[in-house]
Amino acid sequence: MSGNELDAGREAFKEEAAELLSELELSLLDLEQHPTDDELIGRVFRAMHTIKGSGAMFGFDDIADFTHEVETAFDLVRMGKLAVSKELTNLTLRARDQIRTMIDASEGKASVDNAVTEDIVVSLQILIKVSDGTAEASDIAQTESAASEDKSLQATYRIKFKPFAELFTTGTNPVLLLNELRQMGTCNVIAQTDAIPPLEQFNPETCATYWDVIVTTTQDVNAIRDVFIFVDGMCELTIERIDDDLEYDDSEAGMKLGEILAERGDVKLDEVNSLLDGQKKVGQILVDAGMVDKGHIQAALAEQQQLKEIQEQRQKAASAASIRVASYRLDKLVDLVGELVTVQARLSQTAVVNGEATLTSIAEEVERLTWELRDSTMGIRMLPMGTTFSKFKRLVRDLSLDLGKEIQLATDGADTELDKTVIEKLSDPLVHIIRNSVDHGIEKPDVRFAAGKPRMGTVRLSAGHSGASVLIKIEDDGAGLDKDAILRKAIAKGLISNDAELSEKEIYGLIMLPGFSTSESVTSVSGRGVGMDVVKKNVDALRGSIDIKSKKGFGSTFILQLPLTLAIIDGLLVKVADDIFVIPLSVVEECVELTKADVEKMNDRHVSNVRGVLIPYIRLREHFSIDADDLETEQIVVTEVDDKKVGFVVDYVIGEHQTVIKSLGRMFREIEGVSGATILGDGTVALILDVPRLVNTVERDTPTRTVGV
Amino acid sequence: MDKVIMTVDDSASVRQMVAFTLKGAGYAVIQAVDGKDALAKLASEHIDMIITDLNMPNLDGIGLVKAVRGMPEHKFMPIIMVTTESQESKKLEGRAAGATGWIVKPFKPEQLMSVVRKVLG
Repeated sequence: MSGNELDAGREAFKEEAAELLSELELSLLDLEQHPTDDELIGRVFRAMHTIKGSGAMFGFDDIADFTHEVETAFDLVRMGKLAVSKELTNLTLRARDQIRTMIDASEGKASVDNAVTEDIVVSLQILIKVSDGTAEASDIAQTESAASEDKSLQATYRIKFKPFAELFTTGTNPVLLLNELRQMGTCNVIAQTDAIPPLEQFNPETCATYWDVIVTTTQDVNAIRDVFIFVDGMCELTIERIDDDLEYDDSEAGMKLGEILAERGDVKLDEVNSLLDGQKKVGQILVDAGMVDKGHIQAALAEQQQLKEIQEQRQKAASAASIRVASYRLDKLVDLVGELVTVQARLSQTAVVNGEATLTSIAEEVERLTWELRDSTMGIRMLPMGTTFSKFKRLVRDLSLDLGKEIQLATDGADTELDKTVIEKLSDPLVHIIRNSVDHGIEKPDVRFAAGKPRMGTVRLSAGHSGASVLIKIEDDGAGLDKDAILRKAIAKGLISNDAELSEKEIYGLIMLPGFSTSESVTSVSGRGVGMDVVKKNVDALRGSIDIKSKKGFGSTFILQLPLTLAIIDGLLVKVADDIFVIPLSVVEECVELTKADVEKMNDRHVSNVRGVLIPYIRLREHFSIDADDLETEQIVVTEVDDKKVGFVVDYVIGEHQTVIKSLGRMFREIEGVSGATILGDGTVALILDVPRLVNTVERDTPTRTVGV
Repeated sequence: MDKVIMTVDDSASVRQMVAFTLKGAGYAVIQAVDGKDALAKLASEHIDMIITDLNMPNLDGIGLVKAVRGMPEHKFMPIIMVTTESQESKKLEGRAAGATGWIVKPFKPEQLMSVVRKVLG
């Protein structure tokens, strides 16, 4: 290996290790909940094993040696000679952090504390020695776990359950057995009624119904047999696995209905084939021919359906394989697509002006392809939110341990996709909100118990789509926000006046003001001076918003609304003299007219009466010092940010426009009220207005005049 | 209304363990000391399920199962026999008499509950 190759290898190792470590963390946290899950144990072992192996190959001997110790422990667990305990997972989590530190150290970041390494290794060795005494006792567990090696894999079984007529005389209710099967996994139960005699011969005290069941479960065949343990010898029972050769068989689209019926022994394959010349569906033909009744067809169809679904699931899992690409290449691609969209817009416009048919049709084709390209390029940048969830699980676990609280983190919508950049920038705000919930929101177990709540508190983190934005909710079932305390604090800190009349929403909004912190005592967890104001700033920077709901005694909910991507914006194009601006459509409420007469009526006070509501406005012409004569009739674009309506006066509203955002150069980065720019079809540059900051700037500079109803 | 389960055993400690477990799971429990006592209680009380020991004075478990199955109104009553492993033949005898299922002594509370759920839902 040459030096360069070695370096590239080392880089690849670091990347791979980082991934393995975050996976490891997740597995360990899961393992705490399910200490006997062989699949999880295997995963932890494999992660350690891989890190050790590749580490040694690329000269990270310290990491390899250290990892070896942890691997040894999990090898014992795997063989059933060591039980998964809280100590073990704690140690392994610490080891995981230590490996992280070692990798960082190799990049010249923080140095490794060898004492910590030593401590973890010794503790692990002690743990292994202590368990040595019990090694023999768990030998049984070992064979047991070996037998159920592929337990984690789902299997699909066909169960035919035909009770003898006298089943009821033992007090057995077959429905309960079927219910038990239903609890094992995805289950289809089809009752076969063809053996039920005509009513005059029917004896309700005998069982004439029999059942076909298709069940997909992670439990093994013995578990299914156990369901029928009490009816052993009182029924015909067959259990067959039907999906073994389904694994990677994607050449065929599953078994044909006729084949399934034949294999089930319901009909003969020859008879099926001889009938197949007809046009009707196989099932119908067979029913018409009287060879099999509807119930059996239904059972076979259910089987077909279930097998198909399983196969699809497996294929999906197999095709989720991915390749890794450096993110700068993606950024470059997104940039290029952005340029392309701009050029395409120009092409379309030129075609319209030219009016030539050939050019127009080419332009339309290019437009279609460009949008498709744009959408799939943006898609590449999308990552599922779930990638960050594991981090929060760890956070909640560690924090609640520190604070002596019992808290679980429930997550939902892990597959909601969001732009990579948004996810990255969202991390800090989420950490802060979750910390707040854990630290201030959820009470100590005893307090909760006294209040009639479960001792274990829950923080629920959920993500989901809502139109062109993503909603992220952080809910806790803690004490809720104390309105009076917030008000007192805000008055004490001089943020509001004594006699201020605030709505509930406005009160909650106070906690996001700079310099506000409700924590009575500063704990080590939150209240370090970085408060909700920073969260709000971060979310604002992502063009998002925060909504707070709370009920005292029942908990609080923080709802973050964020755009799907930062690269594209839905905007409203407006014109002032010769300049074009883009106002983000997400904040636009409506457009109304403003005549000179209206302005005079209000004594030039920059307030407009929109259906009886006074709305302050900002004249873009004045704000950007655009030199041109006022029009007789102008337009006000009414926007709403943080429940505050502010109008922007422009000459014309051109219309909606989806644009690619270009950041302004370094020189213009500090301009307040402008978040970026975009290039329009004809090549002109339009500035994208940063509405919240624009409002703030105007409020600050002219507090007495413009804004403030 | 809570389902009512009758535990029949001449050992008070077994009855108490069964009763404690079932009450904890939300069932009402009636205790009977032997087969004869059980039949008397069955005549006067509403009962949804019986858990019975095999070896008892007066009327043993098999006798109880036969007697209960003989009553038209209790023909479909779920009955669980408590057996010891050595009584394999008894299991078959009980099955022939019409017992719904069995549980092997000694058992843990969760084993008992899984059997009860199986036959009572």
